[in-house]
Amino acid sequence: MFKSIELSVGIFVGAGLAALFMLAMQASNLSSLSSDGFYEVSARFDNIGGLRVKSAVKVSGVKVGQVKEIDYDSSTFEAVVTMQVEEKYSQFPRDTIASIFTSGLLGEQYVALEPGGDEKLLENQSEIRLTQSAMVLEQLIGQFLFSKASEEKDAPF
Amino acid sequence: MKALINMLTRLGRGSLFLIKILAGIPQLFLRFNLVIRQVYSVGVQTLLIILVAGLFVGMVLALQLHYTLTTFGAEDTLGLLVDLSLVRELGPVVAALLFAGRAGSALTAEIGLMKATEQLSGLEMMAVDPIERIIAPRFLAGFLSLPLLAAIFSAVGILGGYMVGVDLLGVDSGAFWSQIQAKVDFYDDVLNGVIKSIVFGFIVSWIAVFEGYDCVPTSEGVASATTRTVVHSSLAVLGMDFVLTAIMFN
Amino acid sequence: MPDTLIQIRDLHFTRAHKKIFAGVNMDIKAGRITAVMGPSGTGKTTLLKLIGGQLKPDQGEIQVDGQNVHQLKRADLYKLRKKMGMLFQSGALLTDLNVFDNIAYPLREHTNLSESMIRSMVLIKLQAVGLSTAHKLMPAELSGGMARRVALARALALDPMMIMYDEPFTGQDPISLGVLVKLIQDTNHALKLTSILVSHDVEETLSIADEVIILSEGKVIAEGSRDEILQSQSEWVRQFVDGKADGPVPFHYPGDSIEKQLMQAPK
Repeated sequence: MFKSIELSVGIFVGAGLAALFMLAMQASNLSSLSSDGFYEVSARFDNIGGLRVKSAVKVSGVKVGQVKEIDYDSSTFEAVVTMQVEEKYSQFPRDTIASIFTSGLLGEQYVALEPGGDEKLLENQSEIRLTQSAMVLEQLIGQFLFSKASEEKDAPF
Repeated sequence: MKALINMLTRLGRGSLFLIKILAGIPQLFLRFNLVIRQVYSVGVQTLLIILVAGLFVGMVLALQLHYTLTTFGAEDTLGLLVDLSLVRELGPVVAALLFAGRAGSALTAEIGLMKATEQLSGLEMMAVDPIERIIAPRFLAGFLSLPLLAAIFSAVGILGGYMVGVDLLGVDSGAFWSQIQAKVDFYDDVLNGVIKSIVFGFIVSWIAVFEGYDCVPTSEGVASATTRTVVHSSLAVLGMDFVLTAIMFN
Repeated sequence: MPDTLIQIRDLHFTRAHKKIFAGVNMDIKAGRITAVMGPSGTGKTTLLKLIGGQLKPDQGEIQVDGQNVHQLKRADLYKLRKKMGMLFQSGALLTDLNVFDNIAYPLREHTNLSESMIRSMVLIKLQAVGLSTAHKLMPAELSGGMARRVALARALALDPMMIMYDEPFTGQDPISLGVLVKLIQDTNHALKLTSILVSHDVEETLSIADEVIILSEGKVIAEGSRDEILQSQSEWVRQFVDGKADGPVPFHYPGDSIEKQLMQAPK
């Protein structure tokens, strides 16, 4: 009698743990966060747009890490973005360019790294010097209208 | 005024009772088969309703969300939305409400009947503390069972959403999972959901055993205590859910 | 053994604004059957719970075996309770255990006896109440009289010095009544127990009680040996013992007379 109770309790607890495991591995990002260490690099941007902590860091469209921290340096008036990149993708040349792009027209923003050609590699805790800020839609439209307006002014009648 | 004083008196009595229960819990590790028996009657017997409800909630979510998402051409995010709704909100909350209705009421009725038939007094006169032997194992079992039930509810719900979304409505299977894995955060979403269900398990089990222990030992007393368990613990779950959500997801 | 096992002095107890006891004094002699009688609602069961330390009096003290029950520490109170058996009106058997496990329960809780020892002890106790063949039944399968016999076996399991019987005769058929009366008398004499018997079944109770105490409205109104009570000339005792409808306890619930009520216009 008690044995069968024990068995069904065992099945119940097993099912509960399996469900938790499924939620962790299949239904969340835990499986995509690799466990073998990260190294950190930072980059300064004039404008980070809609970038947030945990936004993706991608190289050639492949996710290699995420934004760990966003800070504001009040002496240089720049945003400092600290990124965690997985250890196995640590082969970045020193002249790598960090840009903030948007996935799709209205999608989330992410940091894209474009490796350069330097022989020397980026080290842990180092800073990426070449950066390109986020495109802000209003600025783009403003610039576009402004250049249109000046084109028309210059145009000979 | 008198009602307020009564309410505060009950709250105080309930809190003192909780302290006694918690003090009795370490003893249970020596008699863990008492807890296993209760996990059976509290957890295993609630499993069926959780499985069925979880499956249907997931399927309905997928149907409803798909309808709205197609108007934005964003069907690919169906999996993500189903997953987030279940893991953050519906899993812990609906599982807790079902748990209060199925297991909480049964706990109150059982303890209330033991009181009405003098079994609790009988134990006391045998120099056995009923809080240690009867109440604490039931409380601990409820507290341990609900997080597991909520996880099962969410997992089954996601599968239900997958069945409807992918097999029935034609959402791409790869997009379903990849959106989930890209956007659902284990710590922020899944773990916070689990914490919610732990808190709910604590509250519902506490209310259920207290109402049973504190009931008027007659048939009417047990009946009204059972009703109170379901009403109070449902309200407490929804209220706490608001508080926890405000703390966690702000 | 002291002559008096339980000594109650100036006991006051109130429940839900109703005075249950107002200055009760009582001595219960060791080794005898003392019957505590009185009309329903006089707090006879409450008295047993006060003696067992489950309720606290407003005032006054209860000494059991020389110890003041309500000033004992929890551990000491539990130690004392192991020496007190109590038979509840409903039997109070644990419904999810069978007869055997119910009787074994106090032994398993409080002793380190081996399973085989426990088995023999349980069967001996069951034999004493004539139910050794029923040890596999569940409480729900027992008749009211059998449940009380099992409960008696359980109360005797730890070999207590006293047993409190709460309304043991209520709602029994004549045969189980006879069995219970015999069992209470036999166990008391065979085991040299002190028994307190709370009841309002006059005939059965008086057939086995050595001492009788009658309570009414929070006070002791008569006490003495059985013969003294049977020969008492007090109007009150006569009404109670002979079961008369009218007497010092009026037939009519106190209030306005019927004439007066009939004259009043309905509100």
